[in-house]
Amino acid sequence: MSISVKNISKSFKDVTAVNDVSFEVKEGELFGLIGPDGAGKTTIFRILTTLLFADKGTATVANFDVIEDYKEIRNNVGYMPGRFSLYQDLTVEENLTFFATIFGTTIEENYDLIKDIYIQIEPFKKRRAGQLSGGMKQKLALSCALIHKPKVLFLDEPTTGVDPVSRKEFWEMLKRLQKKGITILVSTPYMDEAALCDRIALIQDGKILQIDDPKEIVKHFPTTIYDIKADNIYKLLVALKEYKHSYSVYPFGEFVHYTDKRDAIDTKELTLFLKDKGLNNIIIQPTETTIEDTFMELAK
Amino acid sequence: MKRFAGFIRKEFYHIFRDTRSLFILFGMPIAQVLLFGFAITNEINNVDVAFFDKSKDATTQEIINKISASKYFTNKQMITNDAEIEPVFQKGSVKAVLVFEKDFSEKLTKENKTYVQIITDATDPNTSNTINSYLNSILQNYQLEINKDIKAPFQINSETRNVYNPELKSVFTFVPGVMTVILMLVSAMMTSISITREKELGTMEILLVSPLKPFQVILGKVFPYIFLSVINAIVIVLMSIFIFKMPVEGSLFLLGFESVLFIINALSLGILISTISSTQQTAMMISLMGLMLPVILLSGFIFPIASMASPLQVISHIIPAKWFIIIIKAIMLKGVGLSFIWKETLIILSMTLFFIIVSIKKYKIRLE
Amino acid sequence: MTDTNVIQVENLTKKFGDFVAVNAITFEVKKGEIFGFLGANGAGKTTAMKMLIGISKPTSGNAKVAGFDVFTNSEDIKKNIGYMSQKFALYDDLTVKENITFFGGIYGLSRKKIEEKRQLLVEELGLQNIVNELVGSLPLGWKQKISFSVALLHEPKIVFLDEPTGGVDPITRRQFWEMIYKASNNGTTVFVTTHYMDEAEYCDRVSIMVEGRIEALDTPKKLKEQFKVNSMNDVFLKLARNIE
Repeated sequence: MSISVKNISKSFKDVTAVNDVSFEVKEGELFGLIGPDGAGKTTIFRILTTLLFADKGTATVANFDVIEDYKEIRNNVGYMPGRFSLYQDLTVEENLTFFATIFGTTIEENYDLIKDIYIQIEPFKKRRAGQLSGGMKQKLALSCALIHKPKVLFLDEPTTGVDPVSRKEFWEMLKRLQKKGITILVSTPYMDEAALCDRIALIQDGKILQIDDPKEIVKHFPTTIYDIKADNIYKLLVALKEYKHSYSVYPFGEFVHYTDKRDAIDTKELTLFLKDKGLNNIIIQPTETTIEDTFMELAK
Repeated sequence: MKRFAGFIRKEFYHIFRDTRSLFILFGMPIAQVLLFGFAITNEINNVDVAFFDKSKDATTQEIINKISASKYFTNKQMITNDAEIEPVFQKGSVKAVLVFEKDFSEKLTKENKTYVQIITDATDPNTSNTINSYLNSILQNYQLEINKDIKAPFQINSETRNVYNPELKSVFTFVPGVMTVILMLVSAMMTSISITREKELGTMEILLVSPLKPFQVILGKVFPYIFLSVINAIVIVLMSIFIFKMPVEGSLFLLGFESVLFIINALSLGILISTISSTQQTAMMISLMGLMLPVILLSGFIFPIASMASPLQVISHIIPAKWFIIIIKAIMLKGVGLSFIWKETLIILSMTLFFIIVSIKKYKIRLE
Repeated sequence: MTDTNVIQVENLTKKFGDFVAVNAITFEVKKGEIFGFLGANGAGKTTAMKMLIGISKPTSGNAKVAGFDVFTNSEDIKKNIGYMSQKFALYDDLTVKENITFFGGIYGLSRKKIEEKRQLLVEELGLQNIVNELVGSLPLGWKQKISFSVALLHEPKIVFLDEPTGGVDPITRRQFWEMIYKASNNGTTVFVTTHYMDEAEYCDRVSIMVEGRIEALDTPKKLKEQFKVNSMNDVFLKLARNIE
């Protein structure tokens, strides 16, 4: 096991940030912690990177204990905290050189590993990091985290605040890094990124809701979801909540995701009910369950 | 070693790319020295004085003329009895009153000795001091003149009485104070800010997760400031020698050694501050309120310690700046060697060790 | 038709020196519409919005917000709009009640009106138990819901939301959108800037800004059809690729 977490808990004053969390990440796996802000993702990262002590439980990273062998862990992991911690007043090249020297290596020595990523920002190597776009900062921060050839890579919300194009490219880079044998633990609040991981843990309020393959995880959803649409979404939401068989009603993009207490819904009856409420252009159709639906059901 | 060198290089990049810190580092010291220098050694001009001439003879008249004729003083009024002295001060119409004793000239020639009393308004001690010394030097000049062709020297003794602040002690030696303030400011505030900046940026997290040892991080952050503070100290000493003609009686080497010791003391305070504050703003507030104010107010730089309330005098003992001011005054003005200031040196040394030990104890290898 | 357009923008441009932050954008927003203003960070969204809410003067072009000209009547605009940003919404060191009173006060609501509004708000959001708690101690989701309601306190014609739902949990996010739908149903126009493309799917119409220009403007459905993709995220990806 590359990362092993057993019954970790951590509180700050009277707030429980992490509550009895356990999971394992295999060597070479791309594992995602998926959850909103305040779910405890960053605290877990800090415990694993030896920056915080857990109140309870044990954890190992690359087979080193996070408390006893913290020095070994610090030599063997790459860590990219949220908000791309770079020196804004140093240039791209100076940032990378700095991180290389403090890890006792050089850019040339491990250029292979970062080449793919660094080549995209190399044209701007004389530019100060503070003047880079979000996507370029993200690539530089990743290069800096990789420069000492870590065995395990911790990426805390690497795609937050980054445009969709850069996000897409970033995940492609992670896939390539994974092929080079690096274990990656990544956290994200974006449910749509979950599908790109090998396995994910859904996390909210310090608790893990479910751990599984992203394709499998939606199977935990108990029933069929229907996309419903009408000419006035607000009235539709109110009406559906009043419907006696309704189980859950959530706006979901241009549709409303609806589930029923019964196994199958009576489309005709529901259409009539909605027409009665003064709604028109009604569409009701079954739809695929998404990870987000699963998350909401588990978090309920 | 290579790691460490890389770290220091990075620190210098930070310093030289931040115009604000560059200004604090080099603009401030120069501005402060000039400001304090000219504010305190300010020449007096056309100060209003009054004379109470109980003698009214040729000598007193000559002295009065001499004083009034100088560009420093203006004869505002003549006083005719003791009761008038107090009111002229209260009205603020004059800054000083000269009282010539009766039979001034006669005593001078017969007894070779006579008295003139200088009364100054010491609500502003610095000005009063300056007035005093200017008047004295005019009197002395006059004395030399009349002594030229007479064998037995006549003496005019002037007796000074400062009203409103009778215990007045001179704070004329501003350079030691300014140097202390600047070294404190640059060393303590700048280091604490530069360490907390890394915390704010989140880069401290990466440094902690790197194989760098805590003392390497701290030393790396502090080293550039030792270097820059030494440059500052040199600039200040040079300025005071060449612009303000300050004497340096003692050994320059000793002065340098004591300065480096004080700089390290200030840096260790800066590290201590950074361990207890998490943002640059807090670090700055603590440095300003907790260090700058005591250094300016309680170290004897502006207000003489001897005239402070006794609790404040006790507090002043724990301010390293107080001891450093004593040391540099002793070296620069009295020209003494280490044997005279070993006690103060030892105090600063032990304070430094104390701060370093506490900061190492408080410095966390983790985030909490 | 112009009387139903609460925002009307024509060739609005903002330059900073040589840099054109907003390049001749033109669009209008109808009353009660939920309008998504999308773009990557640095695309010019914030600059454009600052001009619309009257805190930044355009370099050239025309814009009317709630019937007032952005050049000459920016003070009137401020009275008629509500604003909520992710970065700053409520004072953490004041209680919910104090925040409501404060924000009601700065928009010149009478004491009685504030009291009335507060009771309504407490009831609608179910705040009975937390109305006297410090805002700082509340979860992010609560803060956002309350600050949205506070932005609506003075019954503005238009409410501007700057990246309102970043980082909140999916359920809270949906509750938040229900509140937006409700406001829109009541005739309030909602102007949402965001760089989360999935947020766009909830809007009636969206514009996508790339490098200072509006490169696409339509309903999410039509945009997806036009680019032959399934999500707004893919619309954005295709759009960015076309421009490169």
